[in-house]
Amino acid sequence: MDQLLQFLISGLTVGSIYALVALGFSIIYNASDVVNFAQGEFVMIGAMSAIFLMKAGLSYPFAALLAIAITAGVGLALEKFAIEPAKNATVVSTIIITIGASIFLRGAALLIWGKEIYGLPPFTSNNPIKIGNATILPQNLWVMMGTAVTVLAVKYFFDRTRMGKAILACSYNKKAAYLVGIDVKKMLLVAYGLSAALGSAAGLLVTPITFMSYGAGVMLGLKGFCAAILGGMGNSMGAVLGGILLGIVETVGAGFISSGYKDAIAFFVILLVLFVKPSGILGKGETERV
Amino acid sequence: MRFFKNIVTLLAVFSLAFLSGTSLVQAKDTLKIGSFLAVTGPASFLGDPELKTLQMYIEEINAKGGINGHKIEFVHYDTKGKAKEAKNFVNRLIKKDKVDVIIGGTTSGNSLAVIDIVEKAKVPFISLAGSIKIVEPVKKWVFKTPHTDKMAAEKIFADMKKRGIKKAALITGNGGFDKSGRAQCLALAPKYGIEIVADEKYGNADTDMTTQLTKIRATDAQAIINFGFGKAPAIVAKNIKQLGIKLPVYESHGVASKKFIELAGDAANGIRLPAAALIVADQLPADDPQKKVLLAYKKKYEAKYGPVSTFGGHAYDALFITVEAVKRAGTIDRAKIRDEIEKTHGFVGTGGIFNMSPTDHLGLNLDAFKMIEIQNGNWKLLY
Repeated sequence: MDQLLQFLISGLTVGSIYALVALGFSIIYNASDVVNFAQGEFVMIGAMSAIFLMKAGLSYPFAALLAIAITAGVGLALEKFAIEPAKNATVVSTIIITIGASIFLRGAALLIWGKEIYGLPPFTSNNPIKIGNATILPQNLWVMMGTAVTVLAVKYFFDRTRMGKAILACSYNKKAAYLVGIDVKKMLLVAYGLSAALGSAAGLLVTPITFMSYGAGVMLGLKGFCAAILGGMGNSMGAVLGGILLGIVETVGAGFISSGYKDAIAFFVILLVLFVKPSGILGKGETERV
Repeated sequence: MRFFKNIVTLLAVFSLAFLSGTSLVQAKDTLKIGSFLAVTGPASFLGDPELKTLQMYIEEINAKGGINGHKIEFVHYDTKGKAKEAKNFVNRLIKKDKVDVIIGGTTSGNSLAVIDIVEKAKVPFISLAGSIKIVEPVKKWVFKTPHTDKMAAEKIFADMKKRGIKKAALITGNGGFDKSGRAQCLALAPKYGIEIVADEKYGNADTDMTTQLTKIRATDAQAIINFGFGKAPAIVAKNIKQLGIKLPVYESHGVASKKFIELAGDAANGIRLPAAALIVADQLPADDPQKKVLLAYKKKYEAKYGPVSTFGGHAYDALFITVEAVKRAGTIDRAKIRDEIEKTHGFVGTGGIFNMSPTDHLGLNLDAFKMIEIQNGNWKLLY
C-alpha cells in the first residue's frame, strides 16, 4: 500500500511534467492544425537561457523572465522566417518544416551552450514533504501548480478572449477568418510566440528536477507529444489528462510489472487508447464538411 | 669513381648535419599514428578530451625532435560514435593512410567493430574504450588502456565485503555502458558472497527514478549500486535522498567528473565510487609513483583546455605506451612495435601502472582503481 502511494505520487510528478510540455503543443495546433515538433526545443531553450543568464550574474527571477522573452523571440522568428514563407504549404509540409527547425535549434544550442548538462536551483526548499510513507519534493508541487495555472490560462484564452477565438477561427477556416477581418498572419505569429513562451516556462519549472542539456528537449517533446495525442490534440484539459495518465501508467507499470519495460507498457497503453478512440480521450471526432 | 661519389654524398650529409644539428635525425622515417575517435555525437565527452590530449602531446614530442628521431605524423577521423563510420575510417587508415599504429575507438561499440580489420591487416591497435571484451580473449594486435567495468564491479564488491554488506540492490540505465556494467555486477557478486536482491532499470533520458527506488526500499538490500553516466545517476542520487533511503550508495567510474557533484548537490555526499587516481591526484601520498605523472598531465591539459577528465588520460597512456614501445624497438616496423607494446612493464600512466603480457593486453590490476567517497561536495581518497 505504501508502495502504491509512492508510485502514484511519482506518476503524478512525472505526469505533470509531461502535461506541462503537452500544453505547449495545443496553441499552435489550435491555430493551424500543425504539430510543432520544435516544442521540446522551446523547453530546452527556455531552461538553457535562464541557466546561462544566471551564470552571467542575473538574479533568478530576472533571468527566468528574460529567458521566457528570449524563447518567445525564437518562436516569433521561427514563424516569421520558416513558417510564413511557406504559407501555401500543406499541414504535413509545415510539420516537416518544424522538424527541420527543431534540428536547427538543437544544433544552434550545441554551438552556443556546448554539450554539458546543467541544473537550476529549486524555486523553494529542497526538503522532501512526507505524505504517509511517501515523499514529494516542493519543486514537484511547483510543477503541478504551474501546470494547473497554465491549463486554466490556456483554456480561458481560447474560450473567453477575442484573440483566442480569432486564433481558433484561423484553424477552422483560414479564408473565412480572413474575410471576417481577422489578421491571419498576425494570429499565427502570436500563436508561435505564446507557445514558445509556454514551452520555456515549462523548461524553467522542470529543470531543477530533470536537469537540462542541448539535446534534452527531444525526449521531453516526445513524451509531451504522446501525452497530447493520448488526451486529444488541441484540447488543453486533454493534454493534462494525457500527461498524468501517461506518468501514472509508466510508474505503476514499472513498479508492479518491470522497470525494464516501462516505456513499452506506456506505448502499449497509448496504442490501445488510439485504437479505440483515434482522436484521443477528450479529442473531438473528425468532422469534415463537404 | 663511384667511391668518390659516395664520399662526396657522405661529406655533404655530414656537413648538413653539422650545420643544422638535426637533419641527420630528420632523415629517419616518420611514425604514422592513425586515430578514430567520437569527437562529436553522444560520446563526445569522451572523444573530445582524447583528441585534445593526443594532439597536444604529439605536438610536444615533435617539437622535441620526435621519438629517437622519428617524427610523428598524426591522422585523425571523427566517427561521431557510429560503429559503421569506425569501420570505414579504420579501413582508410590502413589502406590509404598506411598508418603504423592506431590509437582510438572511443566507445566499446566502435572498438569491437574494428577488431577483425586490424587483426587481418596486422596493425597494432590500442583501444580507448572500457569493455573487457576488447582484450578478453586476447587478440594478437589489440590492446587497451582504460579500466574495465569488470574491475569497477570487483572494486565495489571488495569494498562491500569490507563493510560487511551481503545483500545489494542494482539499478542501471539502458545504455551500453550501463548494461555491460550490470552484467558484470550480476556475474561477479557470487564470487564475493554478495546477493543481488533487486535488479531495477531506467531509461537514460528519464526524469524520475523514485518508482524503482521505492521497490528497492521494500527489499532487504544493505546497499545500492548504480551503474551509469550522464544526468541519470544524479537524478538517482537526488531521488534516494528524497525517499529518505539511508543505505550506502555506490556509483561507477562513469560519474567520476565534477559535473556529477554539481548536478546532484548535497545528495552526492557519502556516495562511494571506484575511479582512476587522476581526480584525486593532489591527495595521493608524495611517494605514490603516479603522482608526478598525474599532476604533470593535469597541469598541462588544464593550462590549455580547462578541467581535465580521466578519459583524456586514457589517450595519454595509449600514446606514451606506443612512444616507449617505439623507443625500445628502435624501428617503426609494425610487428616489432606490437611485440614491444606487449612487453610494456612498469609503465606509469594516468590510469595506473601497466604491466602487459601475452595473456594480458590491458596490464592493470585492481590497485589502478582508487576507492573514493564524496565528502562535502569533493572527492576524498579512501584507499
